Amino acid sequence: MSTTNTTRADLTVDAGATSLLRFATAGSVDDGKSTLVGRLLHDSKSVLADQLEAVEHASRNRGQEAPDLALLTDGLRAEREQGITIDVAYRYFATPRRRFILADTPGHVQYTRNMVTGASTAELAVVLVDARNGVVEQTRRHAAVAALLRVPHVVLAVNKMDLVDYQESVFAAIAEEFTAYAGSLGVPGWGSGGDPQENWCTAIPISALAGDNVVTPSATMDWYGGPTVLEHLETVPVVADPSDDPARFPVQYVIRPQTAEHPDYRGYAGQIASGVLRVGDAVTVLPSGRTSTVEGIDALGQSVDVAWAPQSVTLRLADDIDVSRGDLIAPAAAAPSVTQDVEATVCHVADRPLTVGQRVLLKHTTRTVKAIVKEIPSRLTLDDLSQHPAPGELVANDIGRIVVRTAAPLALDAYADSRRTGSFLLIDPSDGTTLTAGMAGTAFAEATADPAPEGATDDEGWDF
Amino acid sequence: MTTVASLSEDLDNNPYALSHLDALESEAVHIFREVAGEFERPVILFSGGKDSIVMLHLALKAFAPAPVPFALLHVDTGHNFPEVLDYRDRTVARHGLRLHVASVQDFIDRGELRERPDGTRNPLQTVPLLDAIEKNRFDAVFGGGRRDEEKARAKERVFSLRDEFGGWDPRRQRPELWQLYNGRHSPGEHVRVFPLSNWTELDVWQYIAREKIELPAIYYAHEREVFARSGMWLAPGEWGGPKDGERLEVRQVRYRTVGDMSCTGAVESDADTIEAVIAEIAASRLTERGATRADDKLSEAAMEDRKREGYF
Repeated sequence: MSTTNTTRADLTVDAGATSLLRFATAGSVDDGKSTLVGRLLHDSKSVLADQLEAVEHASRNRGQEAPDLALLTDGLRAEREQGITIDVAYRYFATPRRRFILADTPGHVQYTRNMVTGASTAELAVVLVDARNGVVEQTRRHAAVAALLRVPHVVLAVNKMDLVDYQESVFAAIAEEFTAYAGSLGVPGWGSGGDPQENWCTAIPISALAGDNVVTPSATMDWYGGPTVLEHLETVPVVADPSDDPARFPVQYVIRPQTAEHPDYRGYAGQIASGVLRVGDAVTVLPSGRTSTVEGIDALGQSVDVAWAPQSVTLRLADDIDVSRGDLIAPAAAAPSVTQDVEATVCHVADRPLTVGQRVLLKHTTRTVKAIVKEIPSRLTLDDLSQHPAPGELVANDIGRIVVRTAAPLALDAYADSRRTGSFLLIDPSDGTTLTAGMAGTAFAEATADPAPEGATDDEGWDF
Repeated sequence: MTTVASLSEDLDNNPYALSHLDALESEAVHIFREVAGEFERPVILFSGGKDSIVMLHLALKAFAPAPVPFALLHVDTGHNFPEVLDYRDRTVARHGLRLHVASVQDFIDRGELRERPDGTRNPLQTVPLLDAIEKNRFDAVFGGGRRDEEKARAKERVFSLRDEFGGWDPRRQRPELWQLYNGRHSPGEHVRVFPLSNWTELDVWQYIAREKIELPAIYYAHEREVFARSGMWLAPGEWGGPKDGERLEVRQVRYRTVGDMSCTGAVESDADTIEAVIAEIAASRLTERGATRADDKLSEAAMEDRKREGYF
């Protein structure tokens, strides 16, 4: 399969029936991430003439001879002035097989929260490595963030192969080291053996600058028999079988027309967070615990018998029970536990710290409740997965464990079971600042990590 | 070249797969419902352009069979295409909506805004917009902006907090995690909401085709008097064209965007059906804004600078 000859015109063919892949990129400052993204956009013919002209113009103004593809992605004044990416940007491109949403996340060491942001919605993460340097601290952080956020697939893109004479041995050593590290993250069920399609991690040797194995297969690395980056993006499975998961339906809004045409209509609008819902299913409404049966499913104006994640639908229940925004509808036989004590792994994303005793708001699915931070048992160093006990506070870009007590019960799943109903935000009630990204339940680290070595201090290796 | 047979294999092989249009629709509906659930006084910015028309269509579906629980707000530059105003008024009447109009002309007449030397009114929209938001105490304002339009927009959040001056600070945006949108705001602040953030121009057109959504006729090829200025075909009008030396001629044209007549150009086209329009866009080597919007060409950061001041 080759996409090199396709044009945007091909997209018109049955274009209503392509799938969508959301993915994120991560890489250190000099790993060539902007060049890779620029090459993906450029070689897939997603950069149009006026955009390229603008880049060429801007490059000339800066005294550069060749168009700087990084300018395609650095959209803000400050970014162009400083030549760095300071914020997540979203890019869009398409091939005849798929539509892509790329969360282009900065690799700079102080912006790990941005990688967390990009990874939170990604189905795949591309981790870039400089072939000359191999797996470095930052590589391990990126892999750990991808594992922590439960990104279903990772691509290890070993870049700058042109600078190591395209040697297979260099690539193989890096791939092996990375795979071993990924294995140590201990993400259940995310093996690195067996069927390559099921692998969590796929390693690809590339040169973003020269274009090897990004969109077109490399002419110089004939020892590599795997897909190009784009081929892999086009073929990686995006849809897990939703029938494997119990249904979760956070109620967003109650629809009651109270019109002559629909005097008694009462529907619960929401997006199915996981699983499959069918007419006739016995359901429980949480946190009240009242039970009923799904009487009807309206899928944006059309009545259906079955619906699944992530469809936005409206449910009608057989019984006239009290249901409102913030409630969760789940199968009576497989409902989540309801709790006011939340243990979670978090990434602190605000510039002000999170401290023990702090009063916050917790937003979980469609429910926002008051909460208090009871404990911060540990802070994690992603480099070596070591845990530092009782740090007292978390600062920007820290990853740690917290225990939160909420003022009202939450129907909470473990993040390992559901990225949608296991995730939450902590919000500062005074001004609405988003403080912390939370993932309920046990993180990968607890299963594998050792305590931090004696004498570990706060100085180095923390500020990602 | 990929074969046609492989195009939908993702969808054929998995009964639960959603097409990209279904996924985008589902996400946008989720965003509309979040706003309905969390805000007191939301409003949909409605220009009669295709993006705002798609927004309204999504809102109608999101709350069916109940009516859309939001009013519409049109920032009227005074230089609108008559076909678009007609479409606006018919749409409002058909769906029983409430329409607020913020008029640039009124501000000019009262001396609160001054006409620019180039006659372009697009940049003047910000003042009436912010005035309408303040007077009506709107706390959430839906816009049809898409991140694929422009590189500053690529940095825009789905929920974008604006200060009491309507300003956007790209360095102080809230991170947007999972589908958990944080709409908290203080009195005087408001949130701009972009349900079409993840849509591209082509997605919008494909969705219009799939849903059989009616558009103002100027989106389809028609014969029209136009004149050339700055590499664009502009329509004549009281706004200030044509000037001396600019010659009116009849051309077969259509519009890719709809905005103020003074800065929205037509493209030569014979695409008079939606299928032909989609084919034309897919083959185009120019972006929508690059082809037809003069105001984005003013500087490398024109859009970012206007957004900082409160523009959409």
